[in-house]
Amino acid sequence: MIEMSNVSKHYGQFQVLTDCSTTVSKGEVIVVCGPSGSGKSTLIKCVNGLEPFQSGKITVDGVSVGAPETDLPKLRARVGMVFQNFELFPHMSITENLTIGQIKVLKRSAEEATEIGLKLLDRVGLKAQAGKFPGQLSGGQQQRVAIARALSMNPICMLFDEPTSALDPEMVNEVLDVMVELAHEGMTMMCVTHEMGFARKVADRVIFMDQGRIVEDATKADFFGTPRSERAQQFLSKILSH
Amino acid sequence: MNYHWNWGIFFEQVKNGDETYLDWLITGFGWTIAVSLTAWIIALTLGSVIGTLRTTPRGWVVALGNAWVEFFRNIPLLVQMLLWFFVVPELLPKDLSMWVKQDMPAKEFITASVCLGLFTSARIAEQVRAGIQSLPRGQLYAGMAMGFTLPQTYRYVLLPMAFRIIVPPLTSEFMSVFKNSSVAFAISVLELTFQSRQMQEDSEQGIETYVAVTILYFVCAFIANRVMGQIEQRTRVPGYVTGKH
Amino acid sequence: MFSTLDLSVIAPSLPFLWTGLQYSLKLTLVAMTGGIILGTFLALCRLSSSRVLAGAATAYVDLMRSIPLVMVILWFFLLIPLMTGNPVGAETSAMLTFTAFEAAYYSEIMRAGIQSVSRGQVAAGDALGLTYRQTMSYIVLPQAFRNMIPVLLTQTIILFQDTSLVYIIGAKDLLKAAEIAGKNYNRPIEMYIFVALCYFVLCISLSLVVKQLQKRVAIVR
Repeated sequence: MIEMSNVSKHYGQFQVLTDCSTTVSKGEVIVVCGPSGSGKSTLIKCVNGLEPFQSGKITVDGVSVGAPETDLPKLRARVGMVFQNFELFPHMSITENLTIGQIKVLKRSAEEATEIGLKLLDRVGLKAQAGKFPGQLSGGQQQRVAIARALSMNPICMLFDEPTSALDPEMVNEVLDVMVELAHEGMTMMCVTHEMGFARKVADRVIFMDQGRIVEDATKADFFGTPRSERAQQFLSKILSH
Repeated sequence: MNYHWNWGIFFEQVKNGDETYLDWLITGFGWTIAVSLTAWIIALTLGSVIGTLRTTPRGWVVALGNAWVEFFRNIPLLVQMLLWFFVVPELLPKDLSMWVKQDMPAKEFITASVCLGLFTSARIAEQVRAGIQSLPRGQLYAGMAMGFTLPQTYRYVLLPMAFRIIVPPLTSEFMSVFKNSSVAFAISVLELTFQSRQMQEDSEQGIETYVAVTILYFVCAFIANRVMGQIEQRTRVPGYVTGKH
Repeated sequence: MFSTLDLSVIAPSLPFLWTGLQYSLKLTLVAMTGGIILGTFLALCRLSSSRVLAGAATAYVDLMRSIPLVMVILWFFLLIPLMTGNPVGAETSAMLTFTAFEAAYYSEIMRAGIQSVSRGQVAAGDALGLTYRQTMSYIVLPQAFRNMIPVLLTQTIILFQDTSLVYIIGAKDLLKAAEIAGKNYNRPIEMYIFVALCYFVLCISLSLVVKQLQKRVAIVR
């Protein structure tokens, strides 16, 4: 589904990504973790071309992301993405947030879009909030709407960029529950997150990044059992110690 | 202070003609509003486009937008007014130049409106740019990630919020347009300032004249302020607190 | 088109234009200095605990900010001779007008500047046993002024452009000088273009200085 080979990126002199390669197969759930500034958010934004990269190749469902002839909007419409700060559109009601992409990009009728949107809203447990605006919801609720919004486009895979790190602790689980459910349904997912409990529960593989490199790319059992690199061990002990 | 007051002057006839001074002021008020509103429409349209272009990733487009803003911001409005009126027609091709100088209808009005409109467009472009850039970068990403093209992302995501954010500075720009329209006196537009000078010289009742004109400018500023206040009310987003993210 | 322009008239008129520019610069400097002093005073009034002082200062600032500058120039030109009984020249009248007018704008900047200094600074001054006046003049105002230098200068660029409006009462500034020179040589077009260029170069140079200053202030903070 997602194939990444030797991806490198730099801003001027500063090397953000170096030689990153991995693959995500259909139905797989990959967790990407690592210390802040390790390039994990940049890596995931390269997958749908939100961040350009200078060398290497990324293909999503056979389409090359970096190729100049690629219709990026069309590709992005098929890849769902959830952001750290939710990024709902503040001037639109929840329903409008859920339908705007369907109507303008997928060209669905307003009725059809609303029906699909409300169904998904119900699924994340927020049917009652349909008429409200993002500013009137809690962070956890906003993030669940954001997930529903991404799903409304019938994505072939989902990217999560630290979906819980801007949330108050008591709201983390309501979002993780939705993600776990998605994983169980067989959605292909690539998640940048520090939630190791989530990783243990549903991840197929864990990728550990440090200083722009993929240091470790292991199955869940291997990663939590015997991480090979010292950096990953240190990181894990820091994260799991509290 | 040795001054002969005469508040009835407004209803007296002007020296050479059968109008009253009040008629002069009403004419002036009309032209002030006409010039200001025309200029505002030009400024809002152009300023929005140029301000938006200045936030796009195309380097040369941004440079062009910056040049526009710097050009209109660094020459006094009065000098710009004179340039448009006296210099620009000279630089046109010969036939067009003759037409502009001799036959163009409402020449003073059009020149003043275009000049004030372009001058104000530079200031609006600056506000629009600042408004768009004040939005979190994630909003752009979210729009793009949804499959919107860049223009769609601006149309549906960035601009609706940016314009809401800049309503307060736009309000003071709108009020400024009325104030700045006074500079059109220099090219003989019969607006309030021009009329007030004419009435002052003709009637020699300077204080009464200026009091009336000052009040009329106040009225313009007040109405402009209320109109924008209404717009701000109507477009307010429930639950949205500026600066929170 | 451009081919008909005769730029040779500019060189001989330079000395005359220079006297005009000198007046424009003098007017700018006087109005800036006076405006900042008066403006700071107005800002202190607005922030003072006396409701009368605050109300009067607010009314003054709002009044000036809602009338076109051109009208203010006309008002002063009319009123000063009436009040003093002596006719004053357009040049002197303009100096007074611009000082009074710009004070309103500078006061808004100084007010923001004073409010940008943290409350803790005032508390620290009080704790040292300084009087209100001492706290203001040794602690708050110097910081407010320094923080606001770029904004004050930006306002001065606007002020410099606005000085061209003395045209309405016939004071001999740069623009008026150019117009006179244009009439003398019967070459108004060349003169207008040249004078626009002068304003542009002066203003953009000053705004580049402001940009540099802004960077420095940003680092110091």
